[in-house]
Amino acid sequence: MLTYIVRRVLFLPIVLVALSLMIFSMMMMLTPVQRLAVYAPDPSFMKGGASFVKDQIELYGLDDPFLLQYGRWINNILHGNLGWAQSFSMPVGQALVQLFPATAELGLLAMLPIVFGAIWLGTKAAVHHNDPIDHSIRVFTILGWSFPTFVFALLALMIFYGWLDWFPAGRLSHWATMEVASDSFHSYTGMNVLDAILNGNGHILLDAIRHLVLPVITLAYVWWAGMVRIMRSSMLETLRQDYVTTARAKGLSERVVQTRHARRNALLPVTTVAGLIVAQLMGGLVITETIFDYHGLGQFAARAAQNLDFPAVLGFALYFAVILVFVNLLVDLLYAFLDPRVRLG
Amino acid sequence: MGQTMKTVRYLLKNPLALTGVVLLSFFIAIATLAPVLTHREPYQTSSYQMPRAGFWQRPQAPSPGHPFGTTQGQYDIYYGMVWGTRTAFKIGLGVVAIGALIGIVIGSLAAFYGGIVDEILMRLVDVFMSFPFLIAAMVLTTILGKGLNQMMIALVTFGWMGYARLIRSEIIRIKEMDFIQAARASGAGDLRLIRMHILPNSLFPVLVQTTMSTGSMVLTAAALSFLGVGTEPGYADWGQLIALSRNWIMGEGGNPFAYWYTLVYPGIAIFLFVLAWNLVGDALRDILDPRLRGKRA
Repeated sequence: MLTYIVRRVLFLPIVLVALSLMIFSMMMMLTPVQRLAVYAPDPSFMKGGASFVKDQIELYGLDDPFLLQYGRWINNILHGNLGWAQSFSMPVGQALVQLFPATAELGLLAMLPIVFGAIWLGTKAAVHHNDPIDHSIRVFTILGWSFPTFVFALLALMIFYGWLDWFPAGRLSHWATMEVASDSFHSYTGMNVLDAILNGNGHILLDAIRHLVLPVITLAYVWWAGMVRIMRSSMLETLRQDYVTTARAKGLSERVVQTRHARRNALLPVTTVAGLIVAQLMGGLVITETIFDYHGLGQFAARAAQNLDFPAVLGFALYFAVILVFVNLLVDLLYAFLDPRVRLG
Repeated sequence: MGQTMKTVRYLLKNPLALTGVVLLSFFIAIATLAPVLTHREPYQTSSYQMPRAGFWQRPQAPSPGHPFGTTQGQYDIYYGMVWGTRTAFKIGLGVVAIGALIGIVIGSLAAFYGGIVDEILMRLVDVFMSFPFLIAAMVLTTILGKGLNQMMIALVTFGWMGYARLIRSEIIRIKEMDFIQAARASGAGDLRLIRMHILPNSLFPVLVQTTMSTGSMVLTAAALSFLGVGTEPGYADWGQLIALSRNWIMGEGGNPFAYWYTLVYPGIAIFLFVLAWNLVGDALRDILDPRLRGKRA
């Protein structure tokens, strides 16, 4: 176990360096003039003529050898300087920090229905193997897996906002935004739901939840499909094990056998895909936040990409990639901890 | 003959698989017949460029000339859907084929040589995998610029790792089997071993994987187009049609469904296309997975 952790942690810096090299290589596919535009304070900057542009490229060292520029870039990042996000008129780093709570709130809330819904449905399908319940769950998962997130989200918006007006777009209603920004409301975490609870403010809580329902469901339904499949086959596998037969033979009720003996062990393989879910979720966040006009990192990335705001796009990519690396590390360690075969091996 | 009968029997017993095959055949027919099904206007520079019935923004409801209506910018939705089928096949098959090829080469090299080669290649796979797929593809498309080819390059760049891992584990499993040892003992060289014995035996799981991911590649490509970093404006592409519908989903004048056709028709096209591939992939897995085969018979 210890060697495994040590190996895994030692590998971490290598992954991070490789990742940053990859992102930087993508950036270097742009011409020096394109990259110079990144430093431009306003459009007139680039109109200074060919010799001016050449001077500026020299000044910022945009023609230097790859490794030299890479070193400078890394040095900047380590000092918290990710460049200037033109489409948001603020430094990239500041935008990333400012928008993080909103996205974290949405992502974490989406995890709950994904995980619990999938475990529940997957267990149900396995227990009712090959009967109508199993078949309908199977059909449901294939349909869900094939349905485009953005079409789902747009339809949801059309029906539940445009027609019924139950769940509006955005993060908060206008009055709530004003109230959250006022002095009487303390923003402890930047996550509206949590802050509203900490402030004991029921109106804000309700408003925040109303805005979160559709994005959360949008993020969740795709993953139900994938997770239910994994949970189902894992549960089927476990139900065939000898110890399950033993538990039944001991006269334990079927419910206890299923929940205590089978399901706990069936959850193990599901842990391994947790990292994959987070990765997929990050992509889903970009689409979901864009459609529901939810001011978070995903919307930031999509807008930056549309505006060809390269520092913002690359800063965002690096940010999410680093988060994902740590999530994966955590998942692997958790798996090692949960599985005695790995823990003691 | 026996194999064909078996497949037909399987399809008849599995309505889901049958649905997949029928849907896929339908899309193949549409893609093949695209020039017959649509009328090309003289001003179109390419058949993939959607014709416009004007330049104003507001979508127009279905009418005899435009059976599915026109979307924002007066692009004909029916035309875009028919030619978009070809685009979808191009993206799905192209990206998956090239990605699988790269994955197979890298995975085979890693599995066959093992040791340091394996270690380096697999860590490379890890690094590529530590990037969220949609975001990586989005970033690279942003940098390469708009266009179908650029988008496909981005999807391939971040879409080969699954195959590499899969083929590697398959080969490692097969490498230890007796018939490989026998072939080696009878003097077969490395290349011959890989080409004649190992690859053919490890390709079935890859085949299942490619079928399953054709649909999801088309989904990702549509998502990129939707986000505005995919195909060029006016290119016949389902994702773009949905992007064009975005401004109109709230309807107007108290009727939230006034412009439903801009979203629903292209949405159905993507959904059914991806569904077809997933159903066929599911069926293939049932047929080819030896562990399941025994139980079904």
